[in-house]
Amino acid sequence: MASTVIHAIYSDDDVLMNAVKEVRKKHLHINEVYTPFPVHGLDKAMGLAPTRLAITAFLYGCVGITVATLMMNFIMIEDWPQNIGGKPSFSYIENMPAFVPIMFELTVFFAAHLMVITFYMRSKLWPFKKAENPDVRTTDDHFLMEIDATGKDGKELADFLVTTGAVEINLIANEA
Amino acid sequence: MYTLSKNLKLSAIIFMVVGFVLFAVDYVFLPKTIADIEAMHAGDAHGGGHGDATVADAHEADTHHVAADDAHAEEGHVMTEEEHNEHLLAGYQNKPWSAVYIAAFFFFMISLGCLAFYAVQYAAQAGWSPLLLRVMEGITGYLLPGSIIMFVLLALSGFHFNHMFHWMADGITDPASDNYDKLIAGKSGWLNVPWLLIRAAIFIAGWNIYRFFAVKFSKEQDEASDNKSHKKSFKIAAAFLVFFLYTESMMSWDWIMSIDPHWFSTLFGWYVLAGMMVCGITTIALVTMILKGAGYLQSVNDSHIHDLAKFMFGFSIFWTYLWFSQFMLIWYSNIPEEVTYYIQRIEDYNLPFFGMLVMNFLFPLLILMNSDFKRVNWFVVMAGIVILLGHYVDIFNMVMPGTVGQAWSFGFVEIGSLMFFFGLFVLIVFSSLTKRPLEPKRNPLIEESKHFHY
Repeated sequence: MASTVIHAIYSDDDVLMNAVKEVRKKHLHINEVYTPFPVHGLDKAMGLAPTRLAITAFLYGCVGITVATLMMNFIMIEDWPQNIGGKPSFSYIENMPAFVPIMFELTVFFAAHLMVITFYMRSKLWPFKKAENPDVRTTDDHFLMEIDATGKDGKELADFLVTTGAVEINLIANEA
Repeated sequence: MYTLSKNLKLSAIIFMVVGFVLFAVDYVFLPKTIADIEAMHAGDAHGGGHGDATVADAHEADTHHVAADDAHAEEGHVMTEEEHNEHLLAGYQNKPWSAVYIAAFFFFMISLGCLAFYAVQYAAQAGWSPLLLRVMEGITGYLLPGSIIMFVLLALSGFHFNHMFHWMADGITDPASDNYDKLIAGKSGWLNVPWLLIRAAIFIAGWNIYRFFAVKFSKEQDEASDNKSHKKSFKIAAAFLVFFLYTESMMSWDWIMSIDPHWFSTLFGWYVLAGMMVCGITTIALVTMILKGAGYLQSVNDSHIHDLAKFMFGFSIFWTYLWFSQFMLIWYSNIPEEVTYYIQRIEDYNLPFFGMLVMNFLFPLLILMNSDFKRVNWFVVMAGIVILLGHYVDIFNMVMPGTVGQAWSFGFVEIGSLMFFFGLFVLIVFSSLTKRPLEPKRNPLIEESKHFHY
């Protein structure tokens, strides 16, 4: 089925924010917004579902602290117990304070790295991936809003978008 | 303008009166002589389970080496029954003083932490917080009375009305005396009563002068036609922060760390600072929510509470970080003159010592980690109350082992003094809030704060 989209380009983030709100008021569907930098509050204005990245971070942290505990227990208690500073390592729990820095660091390490990798995968980003943004100016100083215009009157939509402050409007038909 | 309701005033006064009565009742029943202690022990031996935790603790300790920072224990000498009883008696004599000292310091610390946070807002030119500045000014209203009370308590210790500070004892720096203590004598250049009181006076004067001018400039800015007063607020806040960070550190050595005069920790000042900031910020959040609940501060929205809760969470973690940094190094190196501090706390103060970690770290960590929970007011209130109580216990753990030792308990003297100072704090803070409009009118950042949105 053929789908058409409209690319409305804005030159200011405040104008864009208001435009997003007005477009949503008209119950038009915004496919995506391309911006050169993160615009604060844009996700809420677009009505995107809240991110679940924080939950994954918590789970990854739990993995990290578990790995650290098992690792230190194997290295320092089971495999090669040593007498360090008069504290013989025969029990994990009795030597726990010494392992807290490692447990903490690995919690942070796992949470941070795995969260970033999750973020890349959710955003469909990987090395050598071809950029998806439809207009290179969105990497410099322009903001692009992509609106689903399938089965809509393009002219009427364009007129409406101009009133929201768009500086350029392109109607794009995808033959599929 | 906020007006102090009759009910609030009355409840605060009731708290003070009830606190005073509880204190007085318990004070009368505390053992005053060796005979009292012997009677208590006799009762304990006959009656079995009727004694409270303190007596049981003390009794159990009869048979082995006692409190590590005790002079006898250091000589590797087992205390006789009489020596032990004398030791306990000294603890019981310090108990009411320590209870008052802890409660007085706790509420003083809240207002000082709040003042530092207030200065940070100006120095950083924070845009989210101007709506809360007047709340902070109200809480710092307790600084002057609170610090004067602290000064009086220190002076009373200095004039030997009590024996909370062992280094103040007679003859402790005199080689000819029985009381001579070589380590303390070596520190007497810093730890001597006149110099302690002079320092305390300088610290207190500096903080209160800042508070006076900060409030004055903030008031002037309300009526001004330009931003001159605001700029003055900025400058004085930056200067105060420099002064504060040095003096706060020295204050914590003087007023708390010197209670265990043989022991030292180089990050003690930071540790006290972290506790102070958590308590100050928590109190700001609680007072803000109370005022909002009473129909004031309508421009304060969930995002402001969210930000305060983030600070509560962050500083709780920071406090834990410092607590652990102090603990781990001392635990690991296991040097007698350092580690006795923790041995005493873990052996004799096990429940408050580890209970405080749950209250100050585990609880806020789990309750305040979720971003949505930080916007739910009753969650923040609940976390706040636990954090405040937890930091009271923290001060308790810092002061009690060095002054009361094994004679500790959480009895009516402690509850009474906590209630008394709580009432006084509420009374002074909320009457201070009535003195200025709750919203700064002409603060250049007020619009940003009103539209603050996360």
